[in-house]
Amino acid sequence: MPLLNFLKPKNKLEEGGRSSAPVQSDAGEPEQSCPNCHKAIPLSRLWADKLVCSCGYHFRMKARQRIGTVADKDSFCELFSDIRSCNPLGFPGYEEKLDTVKTVSEESEAVICGTALIGKQKCCIFAMESYFMMGSMGSAVGERITALFEYAVEHRLPVVGFTVSGGARMQEGLLSLMQMAKTSAAVKRHSDVGLLYIAVLTDPTTGGVTASFAMEADIILAEPGATVGFAGKRVIEQTTRQTLPKEFQSAEFVLEHGFIDKIAHRKDQRKLLTQFLRMHNGGQKL
Amino acid sequence: MSGTPYERVKLARDSERPTGQDYIRNVFKNFIELHGDRKYADDKAIIGGIAVLDGIPVTVIAIEKGHSAKERVARNFGAPHPEGYRKALRLMKQAEKFGRPVICFVDTSGAYCGIGAEERGQGQAIAENLMEMSTLCVPVISVLIGEGGSGGALALAVADRVWMLKNSVYSVISPEGCASILWKDSAKADVAAASLRLTSEDAKSLGVIERILSEADMGKKEYYDRIRLLLAQEVSELSRDPELLQKRYDRFRRIGMVADGQII
Repeated sequence: MPLLNFLKPKNKLEEGGRSSAPVQSDAGEPEQSCPNCHKAIPLSRLWADKLVCSCGYHFRMKARQRIGTVADKDSFCELFSDIRSCNPLGFPGYEEKLDTVKTVSEESEAVICGTALIGKQKCCIFAMESYFMMGSMGSAVGERITALFEYAVEHRLPVVGFTVSGGARMQEGLLSLMQMAKTSAAVKRHSDVGLLYIAVLTDPTTGGVTASFAMEADIILAEPGATVGFAGKRVIEQTTRQTLPKEFQSAEFVLEHGFIDKIAHRKDQRKLLTQFLRMHNGGQKL
Repeated sequence: MSGTPYERVKLARDSERPTGQDYIRNVFKNFIELHGDRKYADDKAIIGGIAVLDGIPVTVIAIEKGHSAKERVARNFGAPHPEGYRKALRLMKQAEKFGRPVICFVDTSGAYCGIGAEERGQGQAIAENLMEMSTLCVPVISVLIGEGGSGGALALAVADRVWMLKNSVYSVISPEGCASILWKDSAKADVAAASLRLTSEDAKSLGVIERILSEADMGKKEYYDRIRLLLAQEVSELSRDPELLQKRYDRFRRIGMVADGQII
C-alpha cells in the first residue's frame, strides 16, 4: 500500500507544530508559510481549505474550528463546560499556567464536549484542544470525556472524538493517571451496549491518551502525518540510543503496523463520518 | 522515619527490595508459570501463572525487575513490552473463564520506551488492559511493591483493591522526567517528587489506594504470612460481592470528580 510519506516535516514536534506568524504578502494579503513545502499560502485560501496546504500538510486546528468542519451548521450544543480544572495537589505554578492557557486558547479546558449533527445524524462529539496545555489530560478532561460517554449511553448515541494530546497532565499527578482508567471504563460501558465510537487521531496523539480512549474506538482514523504513539521520541532515543526511522510514530507508520483503520484527509472527514454513522444505523443500536 | 519524597523514590527503586518473584514464592503455594501472549512473544518482564492462595486457586501476575545484574537485563529491568501486557490480559481472561481471582504485583519504572514497543502498539496494549480489566468478572487485587510507573503500572492496577507497600511509589511520571520537562533540569527531581504527591501516604489521601502495607522490621515468614492473610481475607470478601463490577466502576469514577472548581 502506498503511504503518504510526504506530509510530515521531520522536526514538526520540536517546532511545536506551529509555523511562523502570518506575514503580509506584496499584494497586501496575509500569508502563512507552510512548514512542509515552505510555500506562502494566502490565509483566506488556507481557511477555505480547512487549514490544509496544497502539499497536503495539515496545520493544527483549534477544537471548536474542528467541530465546525465536520458538524452540520449550528448543530453543536456544548455539554459539561462547567467542569473546570483546579490545582488539587497545590502543584507549583499550575494555577498561573492554567490562567495563561485559558487566555491563549479561549477555552476553559483541553477538551470540548457536546452533541452535534453530522450529515443530519445525531451524535456525541468531543474535540481536544492543542492550545490548552497541548491537550493534556487532567481531572477535568477525564471527567468531561467520561460524562460524555455516560451521556451517550443514556441517550443511545454514537461518539465521534478528535484527539490531540501530549498525554496525562503532570501537574495533577496520580489524579491524571487515574483518568486513563476512568475514561476507559466509560468507553467500555458504551461499547458493551453496542454503541459506535469513532476516534480521529490528530497531531500529536501520545502518552496517556493514546494508552486509553484514543486506541479504544471501534473505528480509528488519523490525519495524514499526525504523530501517533505512546512514548515521546526523545525519551525513546535516550533509552535505546538508537536513531529512529524517519516515519516513526507517524499516522502512516501506525497504519502500516495495524493499529488504525484508515488515514483520513481533513477534507474527507465529514463525508467519511457521515457514511460510517449511516452504515451503523446512525450509530444507535437497533 | 519516612524521609523526603525523593528518598522514598530511591527506596522504592532499591534493587535489594523483594521483587515479584519473592512474593509469588512466599505468599502462594504450587505456582505454575504460564508463558506467552499467543500473538508474538513471551515477555520476561511479566511473570504470570496459577497458584494457590490459602487453599484457593488464583491467577498471579507480577512485573519482575530481577535481583542480579544478569537477571535484571533478562527481565528488561521490569519494563514490559506490549506482549507482556497482552500476556497479562490473556491470563486474566483465562482467570475469568474459570472463576479465579486475580492478584497482581506491580513494580515498574514504566512500560518500555523502545522502537519495537511502539511498533507493536504499546499504547494500544495498555488501553486494552484498562478497558478489559474494568469489566473482568472476578475479583482483582493489585499490590504496588516498588515503583508504580505511570500507564505501565496502571495497566495491571485497574482493580477492586489497590494496595501499596509503605515505601512503594505511584506516579504519573518519574520525578526526573517531570523536572526535565517542566524546569529543563532533571536535578530538580527532589522538588518534582515532592510536588507529584507520589508516596503511599499521598496515594491513600488522594483516594487512589485502599491500604498501605507496613514494611516495619519483622521476620521474613511473618512478613509474607501477613500479606497472605490480608489477600485471602480480601479475596473471600470480594468473591461474595454481587455488586463487584459496579463498585469497581465507581471506584475509578469518583477519582478527580470536579465541582465548582474543586476536586471532590
